[in-house]
Amino acid sequence: MEFAELIKTPRVDNVVLHRPFYPAVEGTLCLTGHHLILSSRQDNTEELWLLHSNIDAIDKRFVGSLGTIIIKCKDFRIIQLDIPGMEECLNIASSIEALSTLDSITLMYPFFYRPMFEVIEDGWHSFLPEQEFELYSSATSEWRLSYVNKEFAVCPSYPPIVTVPKSIDDEALRKVATFRHGGRFPVLSYYHKKNGMVIMRSGQPLTGTNGRRCKEDEKLINATLRAGKRGYIIDTRSLNVAQQARAKGGGFEQEAHYPQWRRIHKSIERYHILQESLIKLVEACNDQTHNMDRWLSKLEASNWLTHIKEILTAACLAAQCIDREGASILIHGTEGTDSTLQVTSLAQIILEPRSRTIRGFEALIEREWLQAGHPFQQRCAQSAYCNTKQKWEAPVFLLFLDCVWQILRQFPCSFEFNENFLIMLFEHAYASQFGTFLGNNESERCKLKLQQKTMSLWSWVNQPGELSKFTNPLFEANNLVIWPSVAPQSLPLWEGI
Amino acid sequence: MEHIRTPKVENVRLVDRVSPKKAALGTLYLTATHVIFVENSPDTRKETWILHSQISTIEKQATTATGCPLLIRCKNFQIIQLIIPQERDCHDVYISLIRLARPVKYEELYCFSFNPMLDKEEREQGWVLIDLSEEYKRMGLPNHHWQLSDVNRDYRASICRSSQPLSGFSARCLEDEQMLQAIRKANPGSDFVYVVDTRPKLNAMANRAAGKGYENEDNYSNIKFQFIGIENIHVMRNSLQKMLEVCELKSPSMSDFLWGLENSGWLRHIKAIMDAGIFIAKAVSEEGASVLVHCSDGWDRTAQVCSVASLLLDPHYRTLKGFMVLIEKDWISFGHKFNHRYGNLDGDPKEISPVIDQFIECVWQLMEQFPCAFEFNERFLIHIQHHIYSCQFGNFLCNSQKERRELKIQERTYSLWAHLWKNRADYLNPLFRADHSQTQGTLHLPTAPCNFMYKFWSGMYNRFEKGMQPRQSVTDYLMAVKEETQQLEEELEALEERLEKIQKVQLNCTKVKSKQSEPSKHSGFSTSDNSIANTPQDYSGNTKSFPSRSPSQGDEDSALILTQDNLKSSDPDLSANSDQESGVEDLSCRSPSGGEHAPSEDSGKDRDSDEAVFLTA
Repeated sequence: MEFAELIKTPRVDNVVLHRPFYPAVEGTLCLTGHHLILSSRQDNTEELWLLHSNIDAIDKRFVGSLGTIIIKCKDFRIIQLDIPGMEECLNIASSIEALSTLDSITLMYPFFYRPMFEVIEDGWHSFLPEQEFELYSSATSEWRLSYVNKEFAVCPSYPPIVTVPKSIDDEALRKVATFRHGGRFPVLSYYHKKNGMVIMRSGQPLTGTNGRRCKEDEKLINATLRAGKRGYIIDTRSLNVAQQARAKGGGFEQEAHYPQWRRIHKSIERYHILQESLIKLVEACNDQTHNMDRWLSKLEASNWLTHIKEILTAACLAAQCIDREGASILIHGTEGTDSTLQVTSLAQIILEPRSRTIRGFEALIEREWLQAGHPFQQRCAQSAYCNTKQKWEAPVFLLFLDCVWQILRQFPCSFEFNENFLIMLFEHAYASQFGTFLGNNESERCKLKLQQKTMSLWSWVNQPGELSKFTNPLFEANNLVIWPSVAPQSLPLWEGI
Repeated sequence: MEHIRTPKVENVRLVDRVSPKKAALGTLYLTATHVIFVENSPDTRKETWILHSQISTIEKQATTATGCPLLIRCKNFQIIQLIIPQERDCHDVYISLIRLARPVKYEELYCFSFNPMLDKEEREQGWVLIDLSEEYKRMGLPNHHWQLSDVNRDYRASICRSSQPLSGFSARCLEDEQMLQAIRKANPGSDFVYVVDTRPKLNAMANRAAGKGYENEDNYSNIKFQFIGIENIHVMRNSLQKMLEVCELKSPSMSDFLWGLENSGWLRHIKAIMDAGIFIAKAVSEEGASVLVHCSDGWDRTAQVCSVASLLLDPHYRTLKGFMVLIEKDWISFGHKFNHRYGNLDGDPKEISPVIDQFIECVWQLMEQFPCAFEFNERFLIHIQHHIYSCQFGNFLCNSQKERRELKIQERTYSLWAHLWKNRADYLNPLFRADHSQTQGTLHLPTAPCNFMYKFWSGMYNRFEKGMQPRQSVTDYLMAVKEETQQLEEELEALEERLEKIQKVQLNCTKVKSKQSEPSKHSGFSTSDNSIANTPQDYSGNTKSFPSRSPSQGDEDSALILTQDNLKSSDPDLSANSDQESGVEDLSCRSPSGGEHAPSEDSGKDRDSDEAVFLTA
């Protein structure tokens, strides 16, 4: 067993644990392959179980022979362990360090986790694309399921089954895939039953500097328009950025080639800018100095709420196009795996009452995030405390959850789930005993055989006993479209996080 | 009336502040007490009423092609923009309002003409609703030379208040020193007294040059002196002004907003007041020490700090009535200068300052931290704030009790407390839990005060921008649910009673049957004859009443349906709001294509009401 080699000291007695807002606890610290456990060995006090994968960064310092390890978690908790004995402390620290930065996914806890509950419903089969398709196939016959990506050959980040216009055959899809970033050809994201308008998403078109075009691509997206109708393309980059992308082979839809479409640029930040924003925000929140002005300027400097406002505004615009203008839309940024998904999924929260229920929201995450190929593994590898910054780490999913919370706050009776549900999803996206958020896309999940080797988060969440913790007692089905306010006065900071 | 140059102007447009393209056409009326705007649109005829006393500033802007814009800013943070077609009318309205908004005599204020149709007795009862001598009795203080508020009887520690000592650089007053001694001795639990000066140290030192100042620790035995830097009324006035400018910005970016909020310093001032209150509450509850609080005059910062400390210490003040008592005691009776601070009469603009507004916001900040600790809700605070400026009730008139007595306020005006008490159902916090461990005794804020505890109160400062407020009110929803539950419980009780009756009847029936089959047992029962005689009557009565229901139950039933309707009616509101809210308009310049949002009949609701009917049947 390779874990044993990494654990230099499995057990230390008389360790004192300090956590903010809790009294200090003295007890025995144990290290296992996946957990750090502190037990006071008394019946009435709770034990601390911390997944190594939840550890974002550790600091150590010594006062005499008393060592202190400060553990900063990905869920923003900071805990402090006072360990008697310098050697023990060093051993523990280096063991934790090694265990929290395992390279191989298959060594992660989900592959070893054995559930203590009886699986009533296997979450891996809870939200199959076929079932989702049935939800709107009764209302329209213009769409079909395509199995063109069965072997993940056409687009590695798409699931095997996607929904496309009926009039477009698989051969055309293959051609379109070569014209879109990452092979992400336009697919159906949402069908608005009220007026038959749709949200599609894709990667950027690879027009390059010489204005390459693809007849099949034009045909595909035009196939979604009704006669005489115009659609909107929402590009989640600024015009400037989109133009610069042409130099790298990317680009945007030229009006001349897509006369029936109007392009709108709604800039949403990405990658390291978001990560830095999160780092600054958490830093500001942990700042204990008693100065109000510094707090506000730090909050402002973090730009976190600015990002929230940008994303919500883009999502409201998309929803407005669909519901008010009666126009279909295509959404993409560069890759179509981050800001695109934020906008498509939030627009559905606004438009679709079902996505405001617990099951509907789970389905939304499954469809618009997991199957749509949001690279969870990369984006959530580290959180706010880590020093080694990788350019692909970004709190894209956390921003999405924050936006959902903002809407929930404005419509407290329209959601079946509560804030705890969102926080739970955030925690599991970063560190979990379940396999749901492992891997970057369906293709990787398939190779890892997650379905066979790990447990789905949904299997656990959807038990009646667990669900009751996440249910909003104020919920009363609201079949209306909900329009949130995006004014700064309406967007406070999410304290729960 | 002589100040009204033009009582009525037609074809005036009321501009929607969120989407300026949407303006309502209507007629503007000026009355002795109100500005009234009535929309022309026949299906709404929406009326907007503004009290003259609420008007803070009136601004006539440059005439444009569409007319002459008039901007009215109110003290309750409402902003009204009117466009009057004729420049001349606009000028007349402007001149009239300038005069009307600045009354020179108390008699011009609304409370002297406001008549809620109550008879003399009811009015007098209103004024005795909040009785301070009762309050002092409650605190266990029979008579004391000090304006004393003993909030912690167990420790016998107390909070005392005064104005600054006139010490200058070296003056002392032996009697004053003895008095502080007496306060200390009145509290055997501690051998020192905190003296809290709520001013920044620099200000207090500057005051010494004018023969005022602060206590010298050398002259007073056993005192601990503490400065808490709360800025003066002029700083606060400017801070609010700056924050309101931020609130007024049209579609600001997040940075504009946060930067402006920080720059105004408003939340920093709120925090300073809270910190002072927390310090005093801790001194009293944890150290068991008495505290003497003063600032310069002892009626602004001192009032803020003492009342925050009282709220933290004593759960009584967190009830509806207790809060009224607190304002009556710490503000009204101790001579907070309402008239000067809130500009009820035309006066020195430098005296105006949002002192009590800040206290009210502190209460709100506490409510956000302790959602179950207060018996009243946000609306209660907002309405009190409104009426401090409205002058509709006599409570907040004048600068002191003396003036109020001279004006015979109690005989000539009505009391706000009675009005609020009568409508208390609207002001209750459904989450209030008097028996919860967290809400009993002293409220304990987290040891490390976090800055993000203090939030911008959009419910107050942007309260007229409905689009910015949460679209669904948890409070209203819970109140409706509570009411419904109560009705259903009554229903249940009635049904159980009836069930009991039916069971009795059935029991009797079976008894009768068994009696008939076994006549030998009959002899023992003397009452059985009566029951036999009664049985058919009762039974048939019950069967009849089942489908048609008895009248009393019918009433309850319709009441229940009424609440259902109330619940439902919040939905069209919702959709109406969603048509005009800011979000959509802000997103792009294009106006949303006409497709009005039909309030689709919600099947979930239908099922609900079916269920309700089912339950009542």
